[in-house]
Amino acid sequence: MSYLISGARVVDPQVDLDRVAGVLVGDDGRIAAIDPSDDEVRAADPVVIDGHGQVLVPGLFDMHVHFRDPGQEYKETIAGGVRAAAKGGYTDVATMPNTTPVCDTGTVVTYQLQKAAEANLARVHPIGALTMGERGEQLAEIGDMVQAGACAFSDDGHGVQYAGIMRTVMDYVKQFDRVVISHCQDDSLVGKGVVNEGVVSTRLGLAGWPAQGEEIHIDRDIQLSELTGCAFHAAHVTTAAGVEMVRAAKERGDDVTCEVCPHHLFLCEDDITDAYDTNFKMNPPLRTAEDARALREALCDGTIDCLVSDHAPHATHEKQVEFERAPFGIVGLETELPLVLTHLVNPGLMTWQRLVEVTAVNPRRRCRLDPVRIEVGGEATLTLVNPHDPFTVTEDFLAGSAHNTPFIGARLDGRASHAFVCGHAILMDGKVAC
Amino acid sequence: MLSVRNLINTPSLTRDDIRQILDTAATFEQVNSRTIKKLPTLRGRTIVNLFLEPSTRTKSSFELACKRLGADTLSVAGSSSSVVKGESLVDTVLTLDAMNVDMFICRAKYAGSPEIIARTTGARVINAGDGKHAHPTQALLDLYTMRKRFGRLEGLRVGIVGDSLHSRVVGSLVPALRTVGAEVTLVGPATFLPAAPEALGATSCARIDDVLGDLDVVYMLRVQNERLDGAAIPSVREYAALYGLDARRAARMRPEAVVMHPGPVNRGVELTSEVADSPRALILNQVNAGVSVRMAAIYLLLGGESDVVSD
Amino acid sequence: MTEQTNRPDDGRGLAPKTVVMDEEALGRALTRIAHEILEANDGADRLAVVGIVTRGKVLAKMLVDRIEQIEGVRVPLGSLDISLYRDDYGHRLSPVLHSTSLPFDVDGSHVVLVDDVLFTGRTIRAALDALMDYGRPQCVRLAVVVDRGHRELPIRADYVGKNVPSARSETVRLALPPFDDHAAVEIWDARDWARAKELRDRAARADESGKEARQ
Repeated sequence: MSYLISGARVVDPQVDLDRVAGVLVGDDGRIAAIDPSDDEVRAADPVVIDGHGQVLVPGLFDMHVHFRDPGQEYKETIAGGVRAAAKGGYTDVATMPNTTPVCDTGTVVTYQLQKAAEANLARVHPIGALTMGERGEQLAEIGDMVQAGACAFSDDGHGVQYAGIMRTVMDYVKQFDRVVISHCQDDSLVGKGVVNEGVVSTRLGLAGWPAQGEEIHIDRDIQLSELTGCAFHAAHVTTAAGVEMVRAAKERGDDVTCEVCPHHLFLCEDDITDAYDTNFKMNPPLRTAEDARALREALCDGTIDCLVSDHAPHATHEKQVEFERAPFGIVGLETELPLVLTHLVNPGLMTWQRLVEVTAVNPRRRCRLDPVRIEVGGEATLTLVNPHDPFTVTEDFLAGSAHNTPFIGARLDGRASHAFVCGHAILMDGKVAC
Repeated sequence: MLSVRNLINTPSLTRDDIRQILDTAATFEQVNSRTIKKLPTLRGRTIVNLFLEPSTRTKSSFELACKRLGADTLSVAGSSSSVVKGESLVDTVLTLDAMNVDMFICRAKYAGSPEIIARTTGARVINAGDGKHAHPTQALLDLYTMRKRFGRLEGLRVGIVGDSLHSRVVGSLVPALRTVGAEVTLVGPATFLPAAPEALGATSCARIDDVLGDLDVVYMLRVQNERLDGAAIPSVREYAALYGLDARRAARMRPEAVVMHPGPVNRGVELTSEVADSPRALILNQVNAGVSVRMAAIYLLLGGESDVVSD
Repeated sequence: MTEQTNRPDDGRGLAPKTVVMDEEALGRALTRIAHEILEANDGADRLAVVGIVTRGKVLAKMLVDRIEQIEGVRVPLGSLDISLYRDDYGHRLSPVLHSTSLPFDVDGSHVVLVDDVLFTGRTIRAALDALMDYGRPQCVRLAVVVDRGHRELPIRADYVGKNVPSARSETVRLALPPFDDHAAVEIWDARDWARAKELRDRAARADESGKEARQ
């Protein structure tokens, strides 16, 4: 099938493109022409998509999601997860390894790639575990997983507690030219913490999760990255001080990057009320309003490299319990782009070029994937975004299996309307292709 | 009429709510002092005492309050409750709610449990203590005891000494005292203080001797032996020396100042027997006020359904 | 006695339909009741007068004063709040509980319960229950200023100021200082009285909050 996306503003800073143009997608899954001639259009006989008022960008990539498959399919499956991704306009996702069993061998990587191929929507790039069982003790079979197709390595969900183990991990991963993604959490400081330590923990009588429990690991892993020369990426940073550490490391020329989640940008600890809504429980927790402001600035100014959802599906009954007993995490693939459009892009705080960098360019570079560029002959992996298509987030809007998000009821400005993976439509007019 | 449907914590109570509860409790105190203490007021009403963690003192006080008001009570205790067997709190409450009960009185291990119950049932809810969050009736009976002794609450200077970080009493007592215009200082080692005392409206102080002479009320918290594992204090002996109230220290209190304690007292740790049994100590007055204050809370909450207009 | 109409209203154009007793008539009735109580009790021995809050409490004091004038004996005066004994709790909450005071040994006493208007009898039922929880009187008699009929329980008054036949659509009320600025028994159209009461309560609340604001 061939498609012509006409009248859209096409933005791709990788090829210095920002203008209204027609993009012709050939039936070979590649971009056949930009501003095609009448003859080219006639020859291709494409399905025409009216892109007026919309913005066409390289396909979005979220490098931090949890699809629970294998092992916890009652929460979410790979098939369900890629539906959520497609709905959000994401053509690619990288899945964290905390499945059951943990993705610490090539076998699990192969299984996940196979399931994703069957689903045939967004592409899945498995992230392998750093250590066996994510226990932080013994190296996982990293070489085996690289061969099977793992794009990066992380023990996400757990901090690697011992610096010595982390050093070994980085030394070992370096030879495969992969990035170590670190979930920064010092358990001896965090303990049973469930909300930010400070006002909210005092007000609600909940155990505090201090900012330093995260920052100490960020600092440690930056230093270990300097020691080993291994590429390091800090997962879901939440504090102003953590961002400053990354900024300083970059100024020193370290191979260090980081990412941020929409909930840490647009919510803060004050949003956790005495209703004890478990959809505000995530790890790391919501921090102060000051931290959220610093994160928004750092995302816009280039200090934070990637926007990720930390999409963490849970079954309804698991979240309908006491706050302290509820699992951490919220879903975010469907609301991620709309939130950033509403709060950063449309108000003019973030440029479209920057949006493309943090949602498409930087994550692919960090996960060692081939770049996706809007150029003739390039793979037609594209997302068409309608920035002015107001809607209210409802459970029906969410395309994955889980509904655990604090953004239900939020009024948002716009969303993805179409998405293509190598010319294959996975989202058409806001509806996920079957 | 109270401004709230449920009694979950004190920050939602207005000054007038607190006054109403204390005034009503005074009437019930009178009833509790006569030979026939039982009233027919709540005849035919059903109250569930859902105690998901053990509590002899609070549970007895609530049961007596319910019975003296003439209500039928149903006790669901932690050990017998299906919550322990893995049933969710929501399902337990839905099951009990299906039996048409009028009120839940809930003690729970986890903060926010009463809020879950309130969302799940149309019945009224009283929080009898949830996790480290709140214990509003304890705070109200403390206020009742202070008001009875001093004739006022406004301007009282209250020091709460001990493990505020893990105390559900502090989460309710401090905001209630602030609402009625009292000043509160949390006293204890930093390992016992909440991260942000100002979020509750309190100041904090590490040394008891710095504030003792200024206080009207010295409120001693129980040292929970189970907290010692976390190395929050090196030993009971050192805690008693630094923060315990003995006769020598008590002698530096203002002449009219009182000693309070939510019980049960660890004699020789936070209080010596000399102080615990002295005329300054209002510990048994607090227990005595408990039934009256709980009767008042139950009475005012269940009577709030006046939207049913009689002819 | 002349039955007057258009007596002083509350200043807002709402007025009772009829005033059936004025201040003098009320005083005479209470004096007569005091005599009747003493006669029936054969003096003041073991006598105690207990008013049902709020107006009954004031009336009880007026009766005790008169008994003292007649007999030269100050008999014990009590008051009873029946809020906790009502059978319509949950419909009409009394958020303000008044204290009950029975400063005499209830056991074996000759209690005269005093209330303003006897209507359905439910208040008296509640008062009897409340009284019995304090002890076992030898006998209980009932004195009321007005009996307006419409009993729903087998209760009757022993001493009555005036029998006032009334319709259910009417409100029969005793105006009495300090609750009111005058003393009288008035018959109101129930809706008029409801409105007048609402206006008075609102004014009282405004006055109250004004006081607080000044403090």
